[in-house]
Amino acid sequence: MSKTIFEIHSEGRKGYTFPKNDVNVKNCIPEKFKRAQDIKLPQVSELDVMRHFIELSDKNHCIEKGFYPLGSCTMKYNPKISETLARNSAFNELHPFQSESTTQGALEVMYELQKDLAEISGFAGVTLQPVAGAHGEFAGLKVIKAYHKLKGNTNKKKIILPDSAHGTNPASSVLAGFEVVEIRSNGKGLVDVDDLRAHVDEDTAGFMLTNPNTLGLFETNIEEIAKIIHDVDGLMYMDGANFNALLGIVKPGEIGFDIMHYNLHKTFATPHGGGGPGSGPIGVRKDLVKFLPTPQIAKKDDNYYLDYSHKDTSFGKVHPFFGNFGVNLRAYMYIKMLGAKGLKRASENAIINANYIQKKLEKYYSIPFKDQYCMHEFVASGEWQKDKYGIKTLDIAKRILDKGYHAPTIYFPLIVHEAMMIEPTETESMETLDDFIAAMIEIARECEEDPELLKNAPLNTPVRRVDDTLAVRQLDVKFIL
Amino acid sequence: MPFISNTDSERKKMLADIGVKDFTELLANIPSKFQLKDPIALDKAYSEMEITHKISELAAKNRANVNSFLGGGIYNHFIPAAVDHILLRPEFHSSYTPYQAEVSQGTLQYTYEYQTMICDLTGMDISNAGMYDGASAAAEAILMAVRNTKRHKAVIAGTINPLYLEVIKTYTDGVELELVTVPTKEGLIDLDKLKTVVDDETACVLLQTPNFFGNIEDAFAVEEIAHSVKKVLFIVAVDPISLALLNAPSEYKADIVVGEGQALGNAMNYGGPLLGFLATTTKLARKMPGRIVGATLDVDGKRSYCLTLQAREQHIRRAKATSNICSNQALCSLAATVYMCLMGKEGLKEVADHSLTKAHYLAEEISKIDGFSMAFKAPFFKEFVINTPIPANLIINKLESRNIFPGIDMKIVGLDNMLMIAVTEKKRKCDLDELVSSLKEVANV
Repeated sequence: MSKTIFEIHSEGRKGYTFPKNDVNVKNCIPEKFKRAQDIKLPQVSELDVMRHFIELSDKNHCIEKGFYPLGSCTMKYNPKISETLARNSAFNELHPFQSESTTQGALEVMYELQKDLAEISGFAGVTLQPVAGAHGEFAGLKVIKAYHKLKGNTNKKKIILPDSAHGTNPASSVLAGFEVVEIRSNGKGLVDVDDLRAHVDEDTAGFMLTNPNTLGLFETNIEEIAKIIHDVDGLMYMDGANFNALLGIVKPGEIGFDIMHYNLHKTFATPHGGGGPGSGPIGVRKDLVKFLPTPQIAKKDDNYYLDYSHKDTSFGKVHPFFGNFGVNLRAYMYIKMLGAKGLKRASENAIINANYIQKKLEKYYSIPFKDQYCMHEFVASGEWQKDKYGIKTLDIAKRILDKGYHAPTIYFPLIVHEAMMIEPTETESMETLDDFIAAMIEIARECEEDPELLKNAPLNTPVRRVDDTLAVRQLDVKFIL
Repeated sequence: MPFISNTDSERKKMLADIGVKDFTELLANIPSKFQLKDPIALDKAYSEMEITHKISELAAKNRANVNSFLGGGIYNHFIPAAVDHILLRPEFHSSYTPYQAEVSQGTLQYTYEYQTMICDLTGMDISNAGMYDGASAAAEAILMAVRNTKRHKAVIAGTINPLYLEVIKTYTDGVELELVTVPTKEGLIDLDKLKTVVDDETACVLLQTPNFFGNIEDAFAVEEIAHSVKKVLFIVAVDPISLALLNAPSEYKADIVVGEGQALGNAMNYGGPLLGFLATTTKLARKMPGRIVGATLDVDGKRSYCLTLQAREQHIRRAKATSNICSNQALCSLAATVYMCLMGKEGLKEVADHSLTKAHYLAEEISKIDGFSMAFKAPFFKEFVINTPIPANLIINKLESRNIFPGIDMKIVGLDNMLMIAVTEKKRKCDLDELVSSLKEVANV
């Protein structure tokens, strides 16, 4: 157990040095607006701070420590050179209100990234403003709104999505003012086209689909699906969480999608940061570009500028400035370093890695859709272990932690019982995968031979299984100072 | 290939184990007409040396490290070196949302500490783990008020940052919300006008203090009007640095407090990533958006932490969630946490005091120049607006060539001949004096 920083506090200790204030002005604030009670931030030395946070960091798993097969999150290795270069003060000390003539380098980065993302995905225009995947979904849904509004389609209230969708999809739809209609997946884990047809009508504003879907399967009927939606003037939205499977292989803009978001922190190797900052740009087909947020980054002759010319048709802004520039800069570098061949190779190896694990585990775990090749990830199930030994997927996940790995995404998608979604990414080597496979097989054997071990797992982690119901029952969300 | 492990011969072996002859067999689900025939058109791949060269070329086309007085919500405060050393720890940097609490105690504990510090500054009961930025935090606070009151009118001070207002508009037009903007009077919210618009249809009143112009609003007076009607929630957007000296929002009975946390240990980064914060009362805890970390025990009775109150969130509630937010700005909240630890109680007060007094010194000196005067009489914190004898953009253009960014042209909010100037503790007296003498010269030409 680590002390909190507040317990390390010692009155009068300092973690900073400061110059003497060289102006002498007094009484700047009326008494009424002065704080009644002093703030109580901890008083600690710089070394106290370093030790404290290093101690905390030791309790986290991370990619550099070991394999992190968290499905749908694309936990690939993040190049170190991007970190070094992004810290150049000529980038990270830029202020968003500087004139365009003083930020040409930054504008060029954004312009190029817009262009590269559009090329990779087959769309006409890209905005870099959304700062996360869910933020991109929201922006994309606002484009759908704006499209129908301009066409006078007042009846377009519904967004349809499959039951395998990420939770953010329905949540974003509601935030954007739509009703959500969920349709079934078929026995192959794909969109049930008949059920889709049964739910599509003149009220349908659009369809949201992750492709490959959250089972890691490419939606093979995509052409038919797109036709059904387009026939009622709906728009096709692609959740790009799984875009790491498609680089150089398929352009979503060419297979029926009208809008997609990219998760730069997944596909384009920017650090996940413990839960952000990410970046969730969206790409759109040509006639939808006019609805994107202002400004777009544009180029005239050799000059880059902030383009507000479509202000009248834009749906508005989702960010006060240009999105997560610092993250976008890292994605720009990643794309430049890999190039077309490298990006394609990344997707290919991600797909091979996922299929390799799927194949090697099929005798030990139920894999509901193993008769299809997966893309960059697959979903296994702990249902055999549950039925035979009463061991839940949660127990298996905790045991995986004991073996030095992060657990897969569990209990998602909701349509697979006891789901374990495994995404290895292309940055992992065959040996790492072999070790992980061996560990998973060992866990399957432990389920059989020593079920209690699983139920008690994890044993080797900084803390053991935490009581999250107690956390809700006795809500403790801050240290009492 | 960079960062991609397996070689051709390893791929071959793996494909054989999978049971296919060729990689393309794995793409069986993708109709062949959709499979790209030609490579995507990108630049040639850059090596590490080449990308380093490329980035320094691009950097040379930017101008930073100048004598800048730009603010408007993004501020150039000092960041102690230790902050970045912590951010670069891969354990914080390359991990993700702490779904598996047992191997994420580092992230969970610092978030708990972050929440504690935000509660300390704001005086509120509960803070979430962070949001995208101050603008979206303000928008989500309004949505929270709408959910809580089931009313569909939000009253917003016209003195709020106009970029916040734009984001709020985008966020709220899905819920059929009427946004009423209260006019401005001498750089502050017009209290008489406010009285006339708050009624029993009103979900909330949103005030920013210090407001967009840098002026300190009388939040006590606004609160009285807001709470004169039952159920109306009082939302305040604040500058966290200012809270070292100014009233904690709990003193004027705010119901929800939001703000931009960039100033706490995060570089300006051309306006992103930023850090929104949102704190509220225990009563409203279950209506909050975003992640929240709670302390608990593990099976051995050891103190530990986990994500809590998750029944509000999109991965559980889907269409009924309090927000769609998933990834937020965790690493920025770590920077804020480390920063607040290093500065501590005394340091943050010094930061605030330097910013405040230096801003006042500068305002006084500029006011002495012929043709320049303070635009407003209201008390201000670290940012203020001045009347200029010539259009502000002319001043900005002229000073740019002297490596001075004198401030923001208030033309962006429709005000002519006004310049908004921000000052932080990083300014030395000589930097301030340089601006004063330069303004004198350019205005006299």
